[in-house]
Amino acid sequence: MTNTPLSLRPSRWRYLPLIIVALIFIFPLEFMIMSSFKPAQQLLSDTNSFRAFLPVGDLSFDNYFAAFKRAPVALFVMNSIIVTGITVLLSLLLSSMAAFSFVFLQWRGRNTVLTVLLTTLIIPIEIIAVPLLLLVNKLPWIGLNGFTIGWLNSYHVQIIPFAADALSVYLFVQYFKDLPRELVEAARMEGATWWQIYYKVIVPLSGPVMATAAILKFLAMYNQFMWPLMTVQAEQYRPVMVGLQYFFQLNIAWGEVMAYLTLITVPVLAFYLILQRAFIASIASTGIKG
Amino acid sequence: MQTRRSNRLMNSPVTGWLMALPAGVIIFTFIILPFLLGFYFAFTNQRFISPNPTEYVGTSNFTQLLSVNMITLEPERDAQTNEVKKAEDGTLVYPSLRSITRNNPQYPQYNGMKEWFSWTSGDARKIVLASDVVFMRALINTFEFVLVVAPLQGAIALVLALMINQKLSGINVFRTIFFMPVVVSIVVVSLLWRFIYSGDNGLLNGILSIFSFGAFKPVDWLGNPLTALPAIMAMSIWQAVGFHMVIWLSGLQTIPASLYEAADIEGASSWQKFRFVTWPGLRNTAVLILVVITMQAFTLFSQVQVMTAGGPVDATQTIVFQALDHGYAKQDIATGSAISVILFVIVISISLIQRYLTREKIA
Repeated sequence: MTNTPLSLRPSRWRYLPLIIVALIFIFPLEFMIMSSFKPAQQLLSDTNSFRAFLPVGDLSFDNYFAAFKRAPVALFVMNSIIVTGITVLLSLLLSSMAAFSFVFLQWRGRNTVLTVLLTTLIIPIEIIAVPLLLLVNKLPWIGLNGFTIGWLNSYHVQIIPFAADALSVYLFVQYFKDLPRELVEAARMEGATWWQIYYKVIVPLSGPVMATAAILKFLAMYNQFMWPLMTVQAEQYRPVMVGLQYFFQLNIAWGEVMAYLTLITVPVLAFYLILQRAFIASIASTGIKG
Repeated sequence: MQTRRSNRLMNSPVTGWLMALPAGVIIFTFIILPFLLGFYFAFTNQRFISPNPTEYVGTSNFTQLLSVNMITLEPERDAQTNEVKKAEDGTLVYPSLRSITRNNPQYPQYNGMKEWFSWTSGDARKIVLASDVVFMRALINTFEFVLVVAPLQGAIALVLALMINQKLSGINVFRTIFFMPVVVSIVVVSLLWRFIYSGDNGLLNGILSIFSFGAFKPVDWLGNPLTALPAIMAMSIWQAVGFHMVIWLSGLQTIPASLYEAADIEGASSWQKFRFVTWPGLRNTAVLILVVITMQAFTLFSQVQVMTAGGPVDATQTIVFQALDHGYAKQDIATGSAISVILFVIVISISLIQRYLTREKIA
């Protein structure tokens, strides 16, 4: 109890290191947002002083207009929304359904299949990207153009390989294991089919794990870079992260770059600030894996 | 315990398979299959598009990537006097390396190799040759990155977690801020920091100049081979440290408060409390974080792609960057797969070693 008086004293000094560290995390992002409103000349001269972090001087949306002129920004944003949105929904559906089957249903080989699926947690995309590139180039597809071979330059090459993953399945399995089995057994005795139990009993109880899995998948998909870089050369299907290559010029127009970065980052940051508890909880839940 | 009746109720082989099938097929087709194909391609001459059929080539992709050899060059001597020849500026004259490594039938083992690094011992010049010098640089750089980033990022994340774990009002605001860069794409962060690191008008040079009252000489952080990789390391830690802070934090919160109360009664100092209560309680978290950061650090790619493209003079080449350079840019699927296999073997061996070294010691 000797420390109690000390910790009860409202010591402002204990905030000092916290504030210094917080500034290190905030300043670069703040600099990005401020810079996006400044004309090129002022942007470069402001970096020599603390004006870099302040909304001072000649502020305008000119960089944003210029960015939209340089690249089809709206198209890229739409592509990202389509790819991310569909993948998140598919992944929630397929992963929860599989986990439901692994936890509640009994069938031969389910433990083996589950173990094999979960082992893929140790394979990062970087290790399989090269053979996967060749593989998707040989896969058939039936779409608006009829029967075609090769998935490059499309939405589905960005969506289908990620429509289910071991981490999501794992999260659902862990969550379902803690649900009372009696619920399922009771429904079963009353003659409910498995599909009914899945979407009338289990899905309504899965809010928290759905949020966790959705947030993790959203971040992974929206921020994805390497795979779309390799598979999508056509402007028509490019997501935002690959689209920023339009701004790699010999003389980089930093104002426009900062406008583009702000545009694709601020919505995610706002989303995070609103739901920060859920975001942090979802990362913490991946910590159980291993 | 399940009754026999409920067992029969739960037993649904067809529906069971059907519900697990879609996820299973996707994970098999897009993770397991390419993983296995990678091992197969690594032993062939597979290209992205090729008119010729794919052939088995044994381990030649691996020897082409990994062969290292050393030769010693004696300085040239005058045929009559046997004295060492000297160039006009007084330096010794050595036979040209090219004459040995270019189709010299006397030295087939050196054919096609290039100088990796060299030093002189006495009059002789020792040269280490590698068949793929760039890949050697990539291996070294990646290991350097892992060896610096894994412990440093883990330690900084722990310090941040301890700071956040204090009982202060408004502490959640700081947790939210420290975690913020994690939700921002590494691509966005890389491009932003490319501007911050820029040699002329870069923000970092500006800040350093303010704090040193103008004494600091501007550095082109990403253009200098000595600073490029450390610059990428610092930025990577800045972006990802919040992720591991959160994992430490959930470990910290599993330590029962009663242990700290007991330590207080015993009159333990803050350091003693950390050493004998906190740290032992974080054991499993520490192992997990070490393994996770190491895995993530080995796959370094986006930062390099956006910031330096492997330069300057290969100072930021990495294993994954090389895998994509061969497998995607040069359409050489076989070499790209061989590099992926090498990376997988490295990552798996290291995580097994880490698990072995950090295993529970039962006395």
